[in-house]
Amino acid sequence: MRVPILKQGPYLIASVQSALTDADLLALRDELATEVGRSRARGVIVDVTVLDVMDSFATRMLRTIAHVTQLRGAETVICGVQPEVAFTMVQLGLSLEGVETALDLEEAFALLNRKLQARLGTGGHGR
Amino acid sequence: MGDEAVEYPIRTDADILTVRQAGRELARELGFSGSDVIIVATAISELARNIVVYARRGEILLAKLERGGRAGLEVTARDRGPGIPDIALAMQDGFSTSNSLGLGLPGTRRLMDEFEIESQVGLGTTVVCRKWLR
Repeated sequence: MRVPILKQGPYLIASVQSALTDADLLALRDELATEVGRSRARGVIVDVTVLDVMDSFATRMLRTIAHVTQLRGAETVICGVQPEVAFTMVQLGLSLEGVETALDLEEAFALLNRKLQARLGTGGHGR
Repeated sequence: MGDEAVEYPIRTDADILTVRQAGRELARELGFSGSDVIIVATAISELARNIVVYARRGEILLAKLERGGRAGLEVTARDRGPGIPDIALAMQDGFSTSNSLGLGLPGTRRLMDEFEIESQVGLGTTVVCRKWLR
């Protein structure tokens, strides 16, 4: 099932609704990379609350999404990794190292807002 | 191999979801805890993906087990793909975990209670692993 991507202010929210096939994850990666440009988004939130399996492929795709959107000028935050899922990922030897994570959607927004403010604050050159 | 094994053909990434869901339901039915259900489903996912990526096609068999009054779930992943030339190397961590080249086998072994692998180059690979009810 395709992941709907919503725009909210300067951010894109990809809210995973059900288990994803590899093809769905690849489509999400491609759509987010394009949509960041089309909507001039500054941040991306991928909400994985409903996922109860995060295997090596899903983890690698989330890392790829974060790195690709970062190259496109937007920050990505993954939110909603469930406790049992986190435990299983650790046992499998998987991590989201180098990727911002947040407890839930609310925390993800707060994190992106802080990052955006920091960027405007230090990179504004007196605008 | 346990009795009542149900066989799932694995050819596409959609089959990975199907067998993962079947494994999840079987684990629940056997009374596994929520976290063990997730562990079993994740292990099945890794094994099924190995089949799709490396062998193109194969099967996963799911079976209920009983040993000494204890219930368990057995997952058999079988393919007639290229086989693994060096199993010891494939079972080494780092060679095969989160990045693209690996088979994820050491991780899958850590998730399950028992893990056996047999592979012959040119003939295929069979992995049998079991999780016991705590």
